[in-house]
Amino acid sequence: MGFDQYHEPPDELPAATRTFARLCASLTEEAEAIGWYEQRIAVEKDPEALAIMRDAQGEEFKHFSMDLEFLLRRTPPWREVARGILFQEGDIVEHGEEAEAEAFEEGASGAAGSYDHGSLGIGSLRGGS
Amino acid sequence: MNHLLRSHAPISDKVWELLDEEARERLAPALAARKLVDFSGPQGWEHSATNLGRTTAMQSGPSDGVTGRQRRVLSLTELRADFELSRDELGDADRGAEDADLEPLDKAAHQIALAENVAVFHGWADAAITGIGDATPHEPLQLPEEPDDYRRPVARAVEHLLCDGITGPYGLALGREQYRRVVEAAEHGGYPLLDHLRKILEGPIVWAPGVKGGVVVSLRGGDFLFESGQDLSIGYDSHDANVVRLYLEESFSFRVATPEAAVVLNP
Repeated sequence: MGFDQYHEPPDELPAATRTFARLCASLTEEAEAIGWYEQRIAVEKDPEALAIMRDAQGEEFKHFSMDLEFLLRRTPPWREVARGILFQEGDIVEHGEEAEAEAFEEGASGAAGSYDHGSLGIGSLRGGS
Repeated sequence: MNHLLRSHAPISDKVWELLDEEARERLAPALAARKLVDFSGPQGWEHSATNLGRTTAMQSGPSDGVTGRQRRVLSLTELRADFELSRDELGDADRGAEDADLEPLDKAAHQIALAENVAVFHGWADAAITGIGDATPHEPLQLPEEPDDYRRPVARAVEHLLCDGITGPYGLALGREQYRRVVEAAEHGGYPLLDHLRKILEGPIVWAPGVKGGVVVSLRGGDFLFESGQDLSIGYDSHDANVVRLYLEESFSFRVATPEAAVVLNP
């Protein structure tokens, strides 16, 4: 159960990839929790219970956002795409298409685009020594 | 494309992947500071300064009745290690050669990792970086000639930290020579010295090329702050018919928040 986030043998994965996978799993869990609280809040009638669940959902907003920011920092192409979509007014799909085109511009499509950004994604090595 | 200009290089995606992986493999063992200090970021190539939360009072205001304070910041510093790779070798790597000569990349990776370690542990005056060893108010302890006796100064260093209220776990960065001696040493009875030191520290012992002697640091967090602008990356400089000129680059600042949280062990 605890190792479900890995799709490849963990022993073969670099430490940075294992960390990345853990945060992806955490991001998924936080998003699920936000959705669950949204449903509970929609049906709850007791104002005190509602206040508690709204407060709890706020915690999940924070956790989700921290997970997302970590992943974006470690993945420059993802960050580049997100920069063009998040917190922008207007048509979300249009922004998505434009951000993708800018992040993976001509001559740098697909995998080449991610290498184009160049960060080795090493970051912190605490706990990996 | 960003400032690294990677898509201008005559290098295929497959070989870029190979170069990045080779760099990671060479850098990770040698980046000792990142195993012991707090790492934040990367904030991006455009990030130029770390907020220190401090100000300097201005001698005069712009007009009567108004005073000024100027914010003090710590500028990020760029490190860059240039290297050249043979285009023939890169071509062979594209054909599937498993033994392409990437020695210049390996050397540059070691150089930039060593430079990062030196800046963090011993400082870099030109970059206004005060190293952990420069900042600590504790008197340095002497590492004895015999590695079997290393446990004494390490235990004493931990005790000094405890006396100052600096809690553990603790980590130990050891220079190349000192690390080799520790790994080779077995105490009386065959118990590895490395394991004994780990028990004293309750934390890791890291190989730290560039470090002179050793440094014991607290790992409780909040004491030693490494801020990354652009994390280590490979960029493209130029090429001709024979070679491709590339470089490893990063930008960062480092500051010591709690000078008492480290003890230097002199070689």
